[in-house]
Amino acid sequence: MAAKVGIPRTLFYYVYFPMVETFLKELGAEPVVSSKTSRKILDDGVREALADACVPVKIFFGHVQDVKDKIDFLFVPRVVCLNGRTIYCPKFLGLPDMIKHTFDQLPEVIDTRIDVRDDRFAVWKAFYMLGKKFTNSTAKIFFSYNKAKRVLKLYHKLLKEGLSPEAAMNKLKSKDYNIKPNHQSLLKFAVLGYPYIVHDKYISVNLLDKLNKLGVETITLEQVPLNIIKNTKTDIPKDMFWTFSDMVLKAAYHFFNRGTVDGIIHLTAFGCGPDSMVDKYMELKSKNHPHIPFMSVTIDEHSGEAGMYTRLEAFVDMVKRKKEAVNNA
Amino acid sequence: MRKVTFPHMGHSYIAFKMLMEDMGNEVILPPRPSKKTLDLGVKYAPEFACLPYKILLGTYLQTAEMGMDTIVTSGGAGPCRAGHYAHLHKAILHDLGYNVDLVCFEAPKKHPIDFYRKVQKLNSAKLSVLSIIEAIKRGWHKLKALDHMEKLSHKIRPRELKRGTTSKVYKMTQLWLDEARTHKEIEEAEAEGIKAFNNIPQDPNREVLKVGLVGEIYVLLEPASNLEIEETLGHMGVEVERSMFLTGWTRDNLGKGTEELISVTDAAKPYLPELIGGHGRDTIGHTVLYAKRKFDGVIQLAPFTCIPEIVARTILPKVSIIHDIPVLTFFLDEQTGKAGMVTRLEAFVDLLRRKKQNTKLNQAAALS
Ligand code: SF4
Ligand code: SF4
Repeated sequence: MAAKVGIPRTLFYYVYFPMVETFLKELGAEPVVSSKTSRKILDDGVREALADACVPVKIFFGHVQDVKDKIDFLFVPRVVCLNGRTIYCPKFLGLPDMIKHTFDQLPEVIDTRIDVRDDRFAVWKAFYMLGKKFTNSTAKIFFSYNKAKRVLKLYHKLLKEGLSPEAAMNKLKSKDYNIKPNHQSLLKFAVLGYPYIVHDKYISVNLLDKLNKLGVETITLEQVPLNIIKNTKTDIPKDMFWTFSDMVLKAAYHFFNRGTVDGIIHLTAFGCGPDSMVDKYMELKSKNHPHIPFMSVTIDEHSGEAGMYTRLEAFVDMVKRKKEAVNNA
Repeated sequence: MRKVTFPHMGHSYIAFKMLMEDMGNEVILPPRPSKKTLDLGVKYAPEFACLPYKILLGTYLQTAEMGMDTIVTSGGAGPCRAGHYAHLHKAILHDLGYNVDLVCFEAPKKHPIDFYRKVQKLNSAKLSVLSIIEAIKRGWHKLKALDHMEKLSHKIRPRELKRGTTSKVYKMTQLWLDEARTHKEIEEAEAEGIKAFNNIPQDPNREVLKVGLVGEIYVLLEPASNLEIEETLGHMGVEVERSMFLTGWTRDNLGKGTEELISVTDAAKPYLPELIGGHGRDTIGHTVLYAKRKFDGVIQLAPFTCIPEIVARTILPKVSIIHDIPVLTFFLDEQTGKAGMVTRLEAFVDLLRRKKQNTKLNQAAALS
């Protein structure tokens, strides 16, 4: 029987899952993803995790709870640094330790450390260690790794073209890579935030779909080319230390400076440490660009659909009126 | 003349004040953080900023009102938020119309030229490089003496006959050290201080508990931010040992050199092998070491939303069970009240006393 490898459907899932999935399948292992975030997962997470933790970490605990009894291995690598420059949030760095010392009954946790600053081949090595669990053939691992990398590239391309992670993953499965052009909307918003918040339909209270329903086209972080992010200058003397935070903030600066969107929404989570700074910098920046309305939305354990919808509607209305006023002037 | 201020972090302001004055600056002394400081900080800081951030912002706003035009502080490369504090502080102050200058020191080893430039920026008295080094040495000397006094207060307070004597003596020694300006004067003040502490009438028979304090640096070092937890514990008959001093007091004075730090990392390794920024790993490591040194308990102090301490706190219960040492955590924010804290401390100290008695009884039983 194929070994089952559990993967929590949160955090890095949205960015790297197709790669891990391909890799495991090539080696004859079976990836088992936790269920979609739900009330139950959230409640489990709230119960297992520390009350003072941020919502995404609580959700992560919920996903571990959901999947841990169905698997032989739990894959939670300790991802420290992937770009040689910025690191991930300290809570990411401590993830394997937090769950190992919280849950009593866990399958074997694969928590290889990945830090490309120490070792240029850290990613390959991590996959090698993972692959070793299922085969002894280095060649086979290498082959699978390369295939996985190709799939990941394709996946990121689909994301860049505006597909949601879910849609992109489906597309990869159907092998139909043609993308139908985005319908033209009257308004275009940048919705910036960490992938595991923005693309988790449950915890984001479906914000993206709601905006689309209100006739707003949305752009997310994944659609901003990496070199644009890399080359965007902020007026802050130090880059944010944390990878996702750095990207979100630079993307925000990019949109404010270019003025290519009609509004910017920052989607952030209750109790997020890095975002307390990112959000403030965005707010200060937005003061210099009054023609691009900015709103920050904080989600928490109790975010209600209704309240969120009203706020979004009001914001969209405001942007619409503003745009009409400019057009008429 | 530059009018400088800096964070109020325990008694360190006494040493920094001398250093800044020696370099020819006017010092706008940061007031001891009060409700007003915190209110100001809370009003203008992001909601989920950590407590130290809010207190510092409040401090800067208060001193800006008093004419402060330069903030002197340190940066750091993270991976925690403190490394970004200063620049966001400046951005917020500018947004509020205070045009303050910021001199933010980064680790001199990594950025020697930048360090030199910033020192020169503050060198209003146009001192020679040698004189600056001398001034820094004097400041360091003073800081060490101050730490020594604090350390003595931790030891003696739980044993004092008359409640409050130690705190009074401690304040007095700070005043003496504040006035001392040369190495000789600092030495003398320190010697006087030691004498004064030793003269405090003590109760030799009192059963004193030993508790280790671990956690995030600012709330550990600034009593106003931790609601004077050390004093409160002292009055409950608890001797505290703090895991952190600005001068690395414990490290230098236990005579083990840097080995201690290594062993903290080692002690933390089975639980948290990764450096997660802030002092999260030290929190774990020190807890293990306190347990090994047979302390009665450990208290973790952490700012609300503090990232590394949250990670540490998640792991601590396991450490507490494995090493059989009770651990109590306080997440501090603007809503933490002293009364609530005292109640929780009393319950904790009770538990420690009972545990200690039980152990003794068991040992006696085993012997008979
Ligand atoms: S970046 Fe924020 S939301 Fe994400 S894990 Fe860290 S604290 Fe939580
Ligand atoms: S260690 Fe804690 S208090 Fe210090 S900057 Fe980081 S989050 Fe804030």
